[in-house]
Amino acid sequence: MARLLPRKDVVIMGLGWTGSILAQELTTAGLEVLALERGPWRDTASDFNIGYMPDELRYAIRKDLFLQPAQEAMTMRNNRTQTALPMRDYGSFLPGAGVGGAGVHWNGQCWRYAPTDFECKSHLTRRYGARKIAELQLQDWGVTFDEIEHCYDRYEYLCGTSGKAGVIKGVVQPGGNPFEGSRSREYPNPPLKMPYSSSLFTKAALEYGLHPFPSPSANVSRPYVNSLGVAMGECTYCGYCERFGCANYSKSTPQTTILPVLIKKRNFELRTECEVMKINLHPDGKSAKSITYVDATGTEYEQPGDLVILCGYGLMNVRMMFLSGIGKPYDPRTGDGVVGRNYCYQTGGGGATLFFDDKRFNPFMGAGALISAAHDFNGDVFDHSNLDFVGGASISSGQTNGRPIGSRPTPPGTPRWGSQWKAATAATYGHVMNIGGSGSSYATRGNYLDLDPTYTDSHGRPLLRITFDFPDNDIRMQNWVGTQVEKIARSLNPKAMTMGKASKGWNVVPYQSTHNTGGAIMGADPKTSAVNRYLQCWDVSNVFVMGASAFPQNAAVNPTGTVCALAYWAAEAIRDRYIKHPGPLVPA
Amino acid sequence: MKRAVAVLGVAVLACATAAQAAPDPARIAAGHYQAILADCLGCHTAPGGKPFAGGLVLETPFGKLATPNITPDRDTGIGGWSPAQFRDAIKSGVAPGGRRLYPAMPYPSYARISDADINDLWTYLGTVAPVRNRVNVNLLSFPFNIRALMVGWNWLFFKPAAAASKPGKSADLIRGEYLVNGPGHCGACHTPKNLFGADRAAALTGASLSGWFAPDITAQARRGVGSWRVGELVTYLKSGHNSHSMASGPMAEVIENSTAQMRDTDLSAIAAYLKDVPGDGASPTALAANGARMKAGAALYEENCQGCHNPGGDGQSIIFPPLAANPVVQQASAETLIRVVLAGTQAAQTARAPTAAAMPSFAWRLDDAQVADILTYIRNAWGNAAGAVSPNRVARSRAALQRR
Repeated sequence: MARLLPRKDVVIMGLGWTGSILAQELTTAGLEVLALERGPWRDTASDFNIGYMPDELRYAIRKDLFLQPAQEAMTMRNNRTQTALPMRDYGSFLPGAGVGGAGVHWNGQCWRYAPTDFECKSHLTRRYGARKIAELQLQDWGVTFDEIEHCYDRYEYLCGTSGKAGVIKGVVQPGGNPFEGSRSREYPNPPLKMPYSSSLFTKAALEYGLHPFPSPSANVSRPYVNSLGVAMGECTYCGYCERFGCANYSKSTPQTTILPVLIKKRNFELRTECEVMKINLHPDGKSAKSITYVDATGTEYEQPGDLVILCGYGLMNVRMMFLSGIGKPYDPRTGDGVVGRNYCYQTGGGGATLFFDDKRFNPFMGAGALISAAHDFNGDVFDHSNLDFVGGASISSGQTNGRPIGSRPTPPGTPRWGSQWKAATAATYGHVMNIGGSGSSYATRGNYLDLDPTYTDSHGRPLLRITFDFPDNDIRMQNWVGTQVEKIARSLNPKAMTMGKASKGWNVVPYQSTHNTGGAIMGADPKTSAVNRYLQCWDVSNVFVMGASAFPQNAAVNPTGTVCALAYWAAEAIRDRYIKHPGPLVPA
Repeated sequence: MKRAVAVLGVAVLACATAAQAAPDPARIAAGHYQAILADCLGCHTAPGGKPFAGGLVLETPFGKLATPNITPDRDTGIGGWSPAQFRDAIKSGVAPGGRRLYPAMPYPSYARISDADINDLWTYLGTVAPVRNRVNVNLLSFPFNIRALMVGWNWLFFKPAAAASKPGKSADLIRGEYLVNGPGHCGACHTPKNLFGADRAAALTGASLSGWFAPDITAQARRGVGSWRVGELVTYLKSGHNSHSMASGPMAEVIENSTAQMRDTDLSAIAAYLKDVPGDGASPTALAANGARMKAGAALYEENCQGCHNPGGDGQSIIFPPLAANPVVQQASAETLIRVVLAGTQAAQTARAPTAAAMPSFAWRLDDAQVADILTYIRNAWGNAAGAVSPNRVARSRAALQRR
């Protein structure tokens, strides 16, 4: 029998980026907020000690900071004809664990989505007709870029995002991305200093007629004091961003931007190593009553709260909705139901690896977003009328790291092991650059999430099942972008070159991206979305669901900026409207 | 007659209730400010404990003392005291019943506080939440656990002097002198002590306590605050850092509990006074950069330190303190530096500077000779000058930290 605890105004599951933003905003609004975090407390000096943080074996290979399958596994299959099996190790994507969540170990690529991304279905239908997108299950977000522009701005000024604006108040800015949505002001910090590889790409892209620009980076280019008064140190280009905590207070994480202020608030409480079991609903099923959780000793508690906010990783939020009976589960046979719908990912492949003799790139100087990009082939920037796909990719080149275990490129034809391989890695290191493409991932009827019928976790709860393969549209798109990448790469006259290719058969072993989206998508219609435009559950109005689970389909660039902008958007709606008049913010 | 007594009793009770129910808000506020000036909270609150409920263990050269509960709880706090008894304790170190306080309670400094201010403080303390928390104060071992010894100590060292008149000094300097040497009791940490734990003559020139070295805060140009502008000193006391240095350790607590909440005019007065306290003119010559230890230290600095503190030692003053020209780096004793490198430390957290960034521990990574070389280097690079640090000195601190 769970021990009943005194109620709180707000109970948050998960203290990563969205949990920290919601807790900060709602404590400022005067509410009593409790955060339940499954993992441990983590802070920079104790847990990301500069002396041992650059330990590639511990953090990048053995994945010390990540969720382990023993804690929560998932099953996967490529389509409904297969039987899903549990992932024995996280590989394709790496969810976070502990305070800060995946916000601790991200690369810091801090993007906004384009205005057309938010109106994907209506925009493409208007421009190309409904037949063009018939094989896909595209939807609009129910919110526009312009509506959440100020939320992107808040997040960027929280992070000290370092970049160059492309469009300010409708005016194109030289050196930025001319295809971005109009922003209200410049980034808070100038771009990182671009490495040689990026400058070569920039030159080649310009000659090809593209519009390259420095990627926005949440690793700050100079000392910065953020909008909460919290200070950050200048990025040292150490190249230990993704999979690592930042030892230099340079990468924006909940720890370096919000938690120093939040954790001292009297109306905020954090309980770590407390795993949420389920959300308990009132008998009518229309509102949540409490959360049941288990602490590190295995003791079960019932925590009542007036408002419940799911701030776990998107996949976990969706599973929690299933486990709690919130929202109608999606059925891929009929297309009915909302929870689990429109699961998407990120399309890769189509990248080039360029080998040189006469160029030295010093790849050990890196940062997670030390990248030059071009968006001429992103989203619907280019005309798809005569192309057999929709969507696009951000093409880019940069140096995120040159770490000794994972960064050992060899020219084509090199043996995979032995003395020749060793000699080739030594000779090649420092003489290689990449031009990559990160592509959009569009929803289909058959890609979805549900609960696995066979496998359970240590508490006996069904695991989440992912049914996913790369849609044909996305593969055609990515390989078309690849032909553009190849032309740019060839213009740099490398000694040798390899080209990647997008193909069917999503595989969970090699790392691709931690950009899992959908499953609890937002929208204007309760028949096709799980949450409304404020991320409020249509069915259970005192439950809000943050995260990329809200994306109806995924755009080409990294999702964190949009995840956090939506968190501010939801927080504002709760603060300005929900607190005064609890209940549905949008009539169903 | 009985009835008359009863009526009288009721009247007395009514008076007492009225007196307790309605202390003058102005007097409470004034008393609260006295508590800030005297930093009562800092010592009389245990880590994670209720405000003023005592229980913080102070490490003195003579052993450990736990601070008493000064909430108005009648049984375990000071709720049963009279205002006069409170005044005696604060100003003379004598608690009710003639019990002698140890001078860890800075009554020699508090003797400067006026009776009116102490009455305000008493009024304020009467309004804080009473907490039942019985503290066993005296954790000292024989013979220091004998409180009566303090009679002799007071006879030798206690000079409850009133403020000397200082002809020609500005009001700011007079106020600053009072705040520093009176309620602020800065000398409790920053003035060197004799064998009996009493102040030596060289006031505010820096002293060792609890594994830290409280730095020289005279106007000494290199080790003290002589090169700081008054505004910079105010910024430091208000926020916990300025472009020269950053507070951590015991001073971080003083800033959080006391100086960050002081009035700017009082902080300016403190700054003006400290810059008026003449420092020791002597200044060592920097060690030669080409010495073996300096070269080893420079190489280790590059590997371990410059990612945050920068190659030129100029830091990033909003988050990582500069080491060049930082007085803390150039103290006569390297005790604080050794401790910070071995155990790490966390900056003060204030409303103006909420980051409270922390330096990680390097004890697991650097041996005694490496720590000594790094510290010798940073104490003598970029224009700094201070004595070399020996591996033995590091070993002593390492052993002491391990005992904690």
